[in-house]
Amino acid sequence: MRMKSIQTGTPGEKITMTNQKYQLVCGMEVHAELKTNSKMFCGCKNDPFHAEKPNIYTCPVCLGLPGALPVANKQAIEWTIKLGLALGCKINLFSKFDRKHYFYPDLPKGYQISQYDLPFCYDGKIETELGTVRIHRIHLEEDTGKLLHKTVNGEQVSLIDFNRSSVPLIEIVTEPDITTAAHAAAYGKQLRKILQYLDIANCDMEQGGMRLEANVSLRPVGETELPNYKTEIKNINSFRFLEQAIDFEIDRQAELLANNQIVSQETRGWNSVKQVTYSQRSKEDAEDYRYFPDPDIPPIRFTEEQIAAIRETIPELPSAIATRWQQEYGIEPNMIEQIIVNTTVSRQYDKLFTNAKNEGISVASLLKNILSKKVPSPLEAGAEQTLLQFKELQKTDVVDDTQLIAIVNKVLTENPDISAKYFSGQKQVIGFVMGQILRELPKKSDPAQVREAIITQLEATK
Amino acid sequence: MKNNLHKLTLKKALAQIQSGETTAKKIYADCFSQIEAGNKDLNVFLSTNSPTSMKQFENPETTLQNCPIAVKDNICIENEVTTAASTVLEDYKPAYSATLIDNLKLHGGAVIGKTNLDAWAHGSSTETSQFGRTLNPRNPKYLPGGSSGGSAAAVAADMCTAAIGTETAGSIRQPASWCGVVGLKPTYGRVSRYGVIAMASSTDSPGPITKTVEDAAIMLACLAGHDSKDGTTTNQAVPDYVSLLQKSISGLKIGIMYQDIPGLKIANPYVLAAAKVLESLGAKVELVNALDPKYAVSVYTIVQRAEVSSNLARFDGIRFGNDRSYFGDEARRRILLGTHTLRKGYAEKYYQVAQKTRTLFIEDFSRLFSSYDVLISPTSPSFAEPIGASEDSVMFGELADMLLEPSSIAGLPGISVPCFHDEKTNLYLGLNIMAPAWREDLVLQVAHAYEINTDWNSWRKDNND
Repeated sequence: MRMKSIQTGTPGEKITMTNQKYQLVCGMEVHAELKTNSKMFCGCKNDPFHAEKPNIYTCPVCLGLPGALPVANKQAIEWTIKLGLALGCKINLFSKFDRKHYFYPDLPKGYQISQYDLPFCYDGKIETELGTVRIHRIHLEEDTGKLLHKTVNGEQVSLIDFNRSSVPLIEIVTEPDITTAAHAAAYGKQLRKILQYLDIANCDMEQGGMRLEANVSLRPVGETELPNYKTEIKNINSFRFLEQAIDFEIDRQAELLANNQIVSQETRGWNSVKQVTYSQRSKEDAEDYRYFPDPDIPPIRFTEEQIAAIRETIPELPSAIATRWQQEYGIEPNMIEQIIVNTTVSRQYDKLFTNAKNEGISVASLLKNILSKKVPSPLEAGAEQTLLQFKELQKTDVVDDTQLIAIVNKVLTENPDISAKYFSGQKQVIGFVMGQILRELPKKSDPAQVREAIITQLEATK
Repeated sequence: MKNNLHKLTLKKALAQIQSGETTAKKIYADCFSQIEAGNKDLNVFLSTNSPTSMKQFENPETTLQNCPIAVKDNICIENEVTTAASTVLEDYKPAYSATLIDNLKLHGGAVIGKTNLDAWAHGSSTETSQFGRTLNPRNPKYLPGGSSGGSAAAVAADMCTAAIGTETAGSIRQPASWCGVVGLKPTYGRVSRYGVIAMASSTDSPGPITKTVEDAAIMLACLAGHDSKDGTTTNQAVPDYVSLLQKSISGLKIGIMYQDIPGLKIANPYVLAAAKVLESLGAKVELVNALDPKYAVSVYTIVQRAEVSSNLARFDGIRFGNDRSYFGDEARRRILLGTHTLRKGYAEKYYQVAQKTRTLFIEDFSRLFSSYDVLISPTSPSFAEPIGASEDSVMFGELADMLLEPSSIAGLPGISVPCFHDEKTNLYLGLNIMAPAWREDLVLQVAHAYEINTDWNSWRKDNND
C-alpha cells in the first residue's frame, strides 16, 4: 500500500510519514538552447521553433553528410563562458570538444559533439531563496534533430526534422545540493532568469528550449554519504511538473526503502496526466559513449584578458537588481519578483523608477498600480507615459466643502441606522457610506477628503 | 588518332596549350582514349567523364587550363556518384563538392574521372575496394599500392595529366612509390578536408599525385589554402611553390633515417645512393637515429581505428546510401577494433597511450629538425607486392606504410619520388623526403633537385626541357 501524504497546518508544506525518516538528495542537469544567429558548427540559421517547414535550416554539416566538417561557433563559446562567469564559475583556459557516440535516428553523425573532461566552466553556484546550489560544471554541445511520428497515407512513419540539429546547447550540472522539490524549482527559475538577463537563451520550455532533469535519491535523515543509487527524471518541461515529479519520487523511493527494497538505477519520465513517474530505461545497461577528442575541432585556448573582456559584458543580474530596488525604493520582494524578466525590462523599470524618484513619487505605490494594471507598464507605454498616467490617476478634484457636507448629510439622513452602527463600534460602516457618497461626486474626488467629512458629520450628530 | 598528348607532363601540357601547339581538349581526348583502352583490365577508374560530357574547355585563363585531372573517389563532387569504393555508397550522389574540388575547378582543372581506392581508404593495395582491385600499370601482375592506388595508376598509365589522392599514413606516397610516380602528402591542414569522406580525421591530408615534382608544385598551389569550412586548415600564406623549386639545395642539411632498421635491405641501399646524389649537389648528408617506426605502427593502428569507428557511424542507411550490412570485412574489422580501443576501461590502455606515444614522435621529429632541414628514408620497404598479397594479412597496409606512419601521425609533409627502376619487373622504388610542418617548399625543392639530376623519372625522356 502506498503511504499517503499527510497535510499539516501550513499550506504548501508537505510532510510525508516516510520523509521524516529520509531526506532528499537531488542534483539537476539543465539543457538550454543558446539563441545565437547561426548553429553550433555550421552557418545554418538557428531558429528551429519558427521554421516554416521541416529541414529548411540544414546543410551538409548539420545533416552529417559524408565529408562535412564542424567549425565551432565563437559566439556560443563566449556566451557559455559568460554564463559561467555570471555563476561564479572557474573557466578552463584550455578546453576542447569531444565526440559522444550513440546511435539514434535524430543524431545524424552517430555521435554528438559535446565536452567530456574539459568543460568551459566549473565550480560555480546559484543562490535561491531556499538555499545555495553549487554548479558542478557547464559545458557546450549540439542539439539533435527531432523525430516526428506520423501517419502518412494510412502508414505509420517516423520522420526526422533537422532544423534543430546542431543548435548550440548548454548543459548546466549541479552538485547534489537540492533539498526539496520546491528548492529544485527555485533553482530552475533562478537559472532561467539569469539566462534571460544574460540575453543568451530564450528558455522556451514548452518548445524544449530549456529542458530539466533531476537526479533523485534518498538517504536516512542525518546521513551525510551520498546514496549508492540515483534515478534520473528526464525531459521535464515545466517547473510545476518538476516539483510534482520530485515529490512523487520522494514518496515512491521512501516507500521502497522503508520496505527494505532496492531502488533501481534508472531513467524515469514524468506522466503529467497520471501524475506519476515511469521507468524509461534501466541504467544497468548504461551506454558507453566512447568519448574522445573531436579531431575536426582544434582545442580552444583563452587568455585571462579574453575572459576579462567577456566578464565586462555581463549585465547586472536579477539578484543584484532585486536587492538594489528593495534598498533604494523600499519595494517588497514579492513585487520585484513579478517584474524580474530580463535586462531590457529591468532597464525600463530602472528608468521609470529614477524618474519617479526625481519627481518625489513613491516608487512602491507606482509599482503597485502597474501590477494591478491601473496604469500601463513601461514596456507597454514607455516610462514617460506610465509616469504621466500614474500622476493623472493620483490627481484629485477638489470638491466644494459645502456641497460635500450637503451630500454627506443627505446620505446620513436617508440611512438613519448608520450613526447607530458607527457609535456601536462598527466603524466599517464608513466604507459603505463612502461608496454611496463617491457615486454622487466627480470621478476623481479625494477619498481622504470624503472620509474626513463623513467622520466630522457623524461626530457632530453624537 | 592519338597524338601521344596523354604522355605530357602537366608542365609541358600547360606550355603547349599556352603556345597554341595543342589544346586541352586534345589532351583530354588522348587521356580518355588511354582510359578506354586500359581501364577494363587495370580497373583504375570507378567513373569517368567522357570528352563529350565536358563543357569547360573554353576558359584558358586559369593555371590548369582545363587539363584532365583524376580524382580519388572518396572526394565529394556535387551530383556525381562518390563511392569511397564501398557498396554502402554505390549510388551516392553528394549534395555538395569538396573545397579542394572547388579550388581545382577554379584553377581550371577538368575532372576526367573518379579513381579506385581501398574501400573507405582502408588499405595500401586497393584490394579492399568493393569494386575490385586496381592493377599496377607498370606490371599488371602487381598491385598499385593504396589507398590512392587508382590515382597513382591513372598517372602511371597516362590516363590523366595529374591526379589527386588522399593520405592518412602512406596512402599517397606508397602507391606513388609502387607505381613509379610522384606523390606529395602536404602538411596536415595545408589542403582542406571539407568534402573528403573522412578516414582518420587527425591525419587525413589530400594532395597531388603527378608525373614530376614540378607538376606536384603546380597542383599543390591550386589545392592549398585556408578553408573557413575546415577548422584544421592553416591561415598561413601559400608560398609560390613553383618558383621556389629553382632554389639550390647547396648547404641544406639532410638526415638519413632508418638505415639501422633490419628488413629494409632492399630499399635502404637506394636511399644511400640518393643521398650521394644530394651530397653531390652540395647538401650535407648524415645518418640519424630516430624513434623506431614500429611504435608508430601501433600508434597509427589504434588512433586510426578509433577515428574510423567514429567516422563510419554516420553511414546508417537512413538518410543516404545502403545500410551497415554493406560494409566489407576490412571496414568491419576497423570499426570493431576502434570501438574496442575507445571503450570504458580500454581507452586508458589503448587510445590514450597511443596519443601520448604520438606526442613522442612529434617531439622526436622536432628534435631532428632542429639539426636537419629535411629527412629522407625509403617510401616503402619493398617494390610493389604481387596481386593477392594483402589478402592474408590484416596488417598488410600498416607494414607497407611503416616508414611513412611516423611523419603522418606527426602531421608533417613528405614526398615520394622514384629512386630506382627494376628493368626486369618494370617496378620502382620511392625516396621519401620529409620536412617540418608547412615546409612543402623544402620537400619539393629537394625532390626537384634529385629528380632532374637522376634518370629515374619515366617521363623525363619524353618531356625533356
